[in-house]
Amino acid sequence: MTGLLLDVENLKASYGRAQVLFGLSFRLQAGEITALIGRNGAGKTTTLKAVLGLVPATADRLLFKDRSILGVPTYKIARLGLGYVPEDRRIFTDLTVEENLEAGRRSGGSERAPWTPERLFRLFPNLAAMKGRRGNQMSGGEQQMLSIARTLMGNPDAILLDEPSEGIAPVLVQAMAEAVLAMKAEGVAILLSEQNWAFAAAVADKACVIERGEMRFEGAMTDFLGNEALRLQTLGV
Amino acid sequence: MDPSFLVIQALNGLASASSLFITACGLTLVFGVTRIVNFAHGSLYMVGAYTAATLVPKLLDLSYGPVAFWAGLLIAAIAVGLIGILLEVLLLRRIYRAPELLQLLATFGVVLVFQDLVVQIFGPQDILGPRAPGLRQPIEILGRRFPSYELVLIAAGPVVLGSMWLLLRKTRFGILIRAATQDRDMVAALGVNQALLFTATLFLGAFLAGLGGALQIPRVAANTGMDLSIIAECFVVTVVGGMGSIPGAFLAALIIGELQAFGILIFPKSTLVIVFLLMAFVLAVKPNGLFGRPEAVGASHAVGIASRAPSRWSAVIAIVVFALFAALPLIADPYLLKVATEILILGLFAFSLQLLIGVGGLVSFGHAAFFGLGAYGAALAVKWFGASMEAAIPLGVLLAAAGGALIGAFVVRLSGIYLAMMTLAAAQILYAVAFQWVDVTGGDNGIVGVWPPAWAGAREVYYLVTLTITAGVLVLLARAVHAPFGYSLRAARDSESRAEAIGLRIRYHRWTAFIVAGASAGLAGGLYAFSRGSVDPSLLGIPTSVDALTMLLLGGIQTLAGPLLGAAVLHALRDWIMPLTHFWRLLLGLSIITMVLVFPRGLVGTLARRREERA
Ligand SMILES: Nc1ncnc2c1ncn2[C@@H]1O[C@H](COP(=O)(O)OP(=O)(O)O)[C@@H](O)[C@H]1O
Ligand SMILES: [Mg+2]
Repeated sequence: MTGLLLDVENLKASYGRAQVLFGLSFRLQAGEITALIGRNGAGKTTTLKAVLGLVPATADRLLFKDRSILGVPTYKIARLGLGYVPEDRRIFTDLTVEENLEAGRRSGGSERAPWTPERLFRLFPNLAAMKGRRGNQMSGGEQQMLSIARTLMGNPDAILLDEPSEGIAPVLVQAMAEAVLAMKAEGVAILLSEQNWAFAAAVADKACVIERGEMRFEGAMTDFLGNEALRLQTLGV
Repeated sequence: MDPSFLVIQALNGLASASSLFITACGLTLVFGVTRIVNFAHGSLYMVGAYTAATLVPKLLDLSYGPVAFWAGLLIAAIAVGLIGILLEVLLLRRIYRAPELLQLLATFGVVLVFQDLVVQIFGPQDILGPRAPGLRQPIEILGRRFPSYELVLIAAGPVVLGSMWLLLRKTRFGILIRAATQDRDMVAALGVNQALLFTATLFLGAFLAGLGGALQIPRVAANTGMDLSIIAECFVVTVVGGMGSIPGAFLAALIIGELQAFGILIFPKSTLVIVFLLMAFVLAVKPNGLFGRPEAVGASHAVGIASRAPSRWSAVIAIVVFALFAALPLIADPYLLKVATEILILGLFAFSLQLLIGVGGLVSFGHAAFFGLGAYGAALAVKWFGASMEAAIPLGVLLAAAGGALIGAFVVRLSGIYLAMMTLAAAQILYAVAFQWVDVTGGDNGIVGVWPPAWAGAREVYYLVTLTITAGVLVLLARAVHAPFGYSLRAARDSESRAEAIGLRIRYHRWTAFIVAGASAGLAGGLYAFSRGSVDPSLLGIPTSVDALTMLLLGGIQTLAGPLLGAAVLHALRDWIMPLTHFWRLLLGLSIITMVLVFPRGLVGTLARRREERA
């Protein structure tokens, strides 16, 4: 797949009366990784949820594969090929690793080779050793991997990936970065939400910087890295 | 004691346990996925029994044999499953995110609708189904004859348990159901159409209810009371086993079946008392049931009265309203006065429930228990001690307060839905006691001759007495709502953890609320007994509890004036419409459902909201 996958123009969202997103615009190209960077509370998670219809949102344009997904039920958006890995992972803790994968299984429309548990166990070797284990007996990092693997089972063209490096053991962060790059190599586009800019810098092609619900910067990752003033202002680093 | 008798009794217990488990399993399954406790589950069971008892004889006429019999049961269960689909599509999917109270009320509306429909469709008579071909001969066990059908029934429970296990563990549908039980939104984000999953779950749950009912037809005649009695038992099974746990439901059903079978030997009058003791014991030791897990407490039951200080105007309005009420005897005829008296009493009853639900967020579904205790307490004092009204009503109040203390002690530790089910079960057990303990309570006939003394005998006087007492209690309760006691209750309602953090003794306050509400409802019950001259078990029944809830719903859960208005509207409607139609319950049920869907804030709440929006 080539071209523009996700096209968002003037996205606004609120929780009750409190507006959190004030008109964000950004794009995700096929096969690329775009990082949504911002401090804790900047509105990254809300952005991802708004795209999926999990929080009420308005937008001038919200297109996935040239189709408007504004107001479309979440499960239909997922079926169009947009996967979601939430920041709290939300794996099914009563279900085993294999059952979690089964819950995510869905044949995608693309001509790429479909994801199977075997392929995913190769991508995440840690999981291979615990196929029958229940979610509630797994570490944070293992849960994170399972959550990603479960989403891949739906053979998405793009994934909204929320803070994959947060709360996992430092030794796993490197493995996580490699897994993200491996997914990209398989042709999956990723919209990555991160406050850990170093992690984002290691994997992403483009950067979007959010501050208090507004977009401060959209451009190539290298440009963001070179712009020290912007980094200092938006992330304090 | 003869050992063979004990064996037979144990087998009897297993047979009832099976049918109970199959039914409760459906309730548990539906609750697990949809988070709705479906009151109408008992109605589905009843429809299953009626359908099978009507259909199977026809099939046997066509071709006599086991095939026709079992096919008939299966068809009945499938038909009930289809009704479950209708129920999900038409009602349940609209209330998945509503507060528990409204979910329970809406599904109770369905119960009422079914009660009238079943009589219309199947006729008013009880229908005993035919015996199963091939299983007509009893078999001999230790020299005693035992119905062979019961053995099939005993096997059916484990078979259903095993099938459910296979379904939930080994199929994609089962995996998705278990996933949805835990996190519906995530399941949707994985591309699963929740609506379809929920509809399928309702089919399965209703199918099991229908099967449970259909399997009963050779043992128990299909009758119009079986919906409420089975739902109360199912609630006990679910609470004891742990919400959402199917193995828990199986174990609980076994224990209850056996307790009832052997309870007859100990308390021949009321086996339900033992069941209640079991429930109380289990919940005291394991508040989440045998296999249950702590419920994640959602914010969904925080419907309640806002902490608005009473304005000066409200006092003026209250005095004017009181004066108008007091002037009523000047213009009203005796019939109108009787109606007005009853409206005041029911208003007081609803108001006492308001204290629990609106202020405390404690969704009591068995408030009739206290109303009935007050009424029976007073009537028994008259019957056994020849007490006068002045002594009898306080005795009734005392009994109701004691009931509040006892039931309250068990339920204040429970959250939302558990509390609703426990209170309902407790009331249902008192109902059974009043019904079965004929020597003391007069059974179905109740107690008559409960009249006020000469000085209060005139309608006008009794009306004024009622008015004075009701008004006095309303003022006291309204004060309590705005006193530190009320603030603590509200704080605990809105955020349990925060209230605990600032050092409030939540359980103590809730327990007190149960005692106060129980006493007030008991006072209403006593007044009611003397206004009608008699008491009967229906005062303790589920419909009476639901009446109180309906009044609250009508008037609005979030207002203090609501209960009185709700009582007036409901009572007036009933008086006016009931003589005109055979479909009173159907109409009431549909009205309750409509209210939940269209204006859940009630009459007063809706008006207040309008006013606020305009301002
Ligand atoms: N469920 C919610 N209700 C109300 N406010 C929320 C909710 N979730 C997040 N917020 C607020 O929205 C803002 C953005 O939050 P979020 O999108 O989670 O930020 P991020 O993911 O960038 O850390 C924060 O100020 C947060 O407090
Ligand atoms: Mg976040």
